[in-house]
Amino acid sequence: MRRIRYILQKEFLQIFRDKALLPIIIIIPIIQLVVLSYTATYEIKNIRLVVVDQDHTPDSRALTREFTGSPFYKLEGSLPNYAQAFHLMQKGTADQILVIEPHFEKNLETTKKASVQLITNAINGSAAGVMQGYGVSIINGFHNNIQIEQHPGQAKGLPIQTDTSYWYNPELNYFTFMVPGILVLLVSLIGLFLSSMNIVKEKELGTITQLNVTPINKFEFIAGKLIPFWVIAMADLTVGLLVARFWFDIHIAGNPVLLLFVTSVYMVLILSFGLFISTMAQTMQQAMFISWFFLVIFILMSGLFTPIESMPAWAQEFNRINPLAYFIKINRMIMLKGSVFSDIRNEFFILAGYAIAMLGFSTLRYRKTS
Amino acid sequence: MSLAVTINNISKSYPTTEALKNVSLDIKANELFGFIGPDGAGKTTLFRILTSLILPDKGTGSIGNFDIIKNYRDIRKVVGYMPGRFSLYGDLSVEENLQFYARLFKTSIKENYDLIEDVYQQIEPFKKRRAADLSGGMKQKLALSCALIHKPQLIILDEPTTGVDAISRKEFWALLKKMQQKDITILVSTPYMDEAALCDRVALMQEGSVLTIDSPDQIVNNFSGKILGIKTDHMHPLLYDLQQMDHPNQVYRFGAFVHLVTHEDTAAYSKKIKTFLEKKGHDNIVVEEQKASIEDCFLALMNKPETP
Repeated sequence: MRRIRYILQKEFLQIFRDKALLPIIIIIPIIQLVVLSYTATYEIKNIRLVVVDQDHTPDSRALTREFTGSPFYKLEGSLPNYAQAFHLMQKGTADQILVIEPHFEKNLETTKKASVQLITNAINGSAAGVMQGYGVSIINGFHNNIQIEQHPGQAKGLPIQTDTSYWYNPELNYFTFMVPGILVLLVSLIGLFLSSMNIVKEKELGTITQLNVTPINKFEFIAGKLIPFWVIAMADLTVGLLVARFWFDIHIAGNPVLLLFVTSVYMVLILSFGLFISTMAQTMQQAMFISWFFLVIFILMSGLFTPIESMPAWAQEFNRINPLAYFIKINRMIMLKGSVFSDIRNEFFILAGYAIAMLGFSTLRYRKTS
Repeated sequence: MSLAVTINNISKSYPTTEALKNVSLDIKANELFGFIGPDGAGKTTLFRILTSLILPDKGTGSIGNFDIIKNYRDIRKVVGYMPGRFSLYGDLSVEENLQFYARLFKTSIKENYDLIEDVYQQIEPFKKRRAADLSGGMKQKLALSCALIHKPQLIILDEPTTGVDAISRKEFWALLKKMQQKDITILVSTPYMDEAALCDRVALMQEGSVLTIDSPDQIVNNFSGKILGIKTDHMHPLLYDLQQMDHPNQVYRFGAFVHLVTHEDTAAYSKKIKTFLEKKGHDNIVVEEQKASIEDCFLALMNKPETP
């Protein structure tokens, strides 16, 4: 058992001596966290709007002002007819067209049906949904005000009043939503790559031969290999949480110690995956491609960018073996919802069982002799 | 206490090649035993089996009282192995490498310093240097130090002098002789035939088989033919021309000469060669009988048509 200590010493010595590796595992994740958190946002600003006002009345202009006054919109131009506006959309210089039909004001005042048309460029589906949402809410807001203005006593025209509030993330702050997810992604990436590449590197350089003829057994070897990366991943997460707290001002609703505890188990799973990859690969290049293959699938299906609930049934089934899906869920529950251990118990035990199974499986697969 | 090695009928095949064919060997304790043979002869495979890195397809073997398959754990404690390829950590310093391996064997540099002294002293001035920055000869000395650090009773060195300059090669063999005096059995492979003469006994290997095992002197004594060294002022076409005579297999370059092996009367045959070469347009022809070297013997053995 004492031999583990010597391998650890050697590993840390090598890690800290590697002038390129150290920044990669400590500084780059932090930069990525900061940069990605700003860019991975669903918020859309500066929607380029073209207005086709066929009414030219105070009311139609008031509606236009509602749009142009919003921080999300930028008026690209006012055009006399739809055909010209559509031409701009085809050219790609307009994202949304608002068409106000003739007699808009008159229809409003006579309480007949007044209509506007909202055309959204849907080349990017999710962006279109967001733009559509913004547009509709502005129109609804305008409608509300008109109702109150015209019939001060009785707001009957709108029988159901919807009050929306978003729990766990009241301001729909994308940082709050994305930062925990990106943090998970970064520690997974670091853990998987370091562990899968490291053992393969020894194979590729031939240093494993010299190690294999020593009395060291495979448990000592594997422990000596995985523990350093476990420590690094945990350090990365801790630094990441500090950045989340002090840079993005995200208050962790739950207990950070619980989060670190879950991560410590999760990292065993990720590192075992890396060990498994290293038993399959002979070169670092192979290890890298296999790691990417797993990681891309795990990330894209994890629910980080698109909700799992909207995936097809088979994909939701697949996520039962996706470590990232469990961990992102747990992570958001603790960070945003303030969940305690009993809330995440199921996910945690699945993760823990998975980690033990994967570690055992990879250890069995690892052979000192070839 | 040095260890004896016994190998019985060991075979090992890889998907495309038969690396070892029924190899049997007996190596005495404290012997400096050489394996000579071209690349692909099976030397490395045999060493990897002895160091428990791979398993043979069939056959048995033992190192001291340890079975090479069953007692591999014990073997790893008493055997030192130096792979053909430099296998230490290039990003660690000389001292750190040595210390790491010492610790894995639960010993220390200090404890076994007397054993590695002769080798390590030569690289000790550079002990803070990263192993990757050492010269080829120094790398080999470090590798030998690491293979010796746990006081093994048998060391197995896979082509330790390949790619090392002539002076370093000489020094390295001198070190091996010193190690032998410290009661260690030494197995060493080399593609250089001249190094065979420095071993107590050598096994000549080719294509997975052992062609002969004997002491270098005995191998030379057993040589049945006679060697004619031939030199002219047209060395370039000489080899080709001589191959036109009768036994093309037994003509080869050897230093400044071309060697020709014959079993006929040397005086008569020399004359025959001279007339033949004169006809081919060679001048200043020198034909002289030379003493067979161990290399001549190996080349003759390797070219011998296989007897069924």
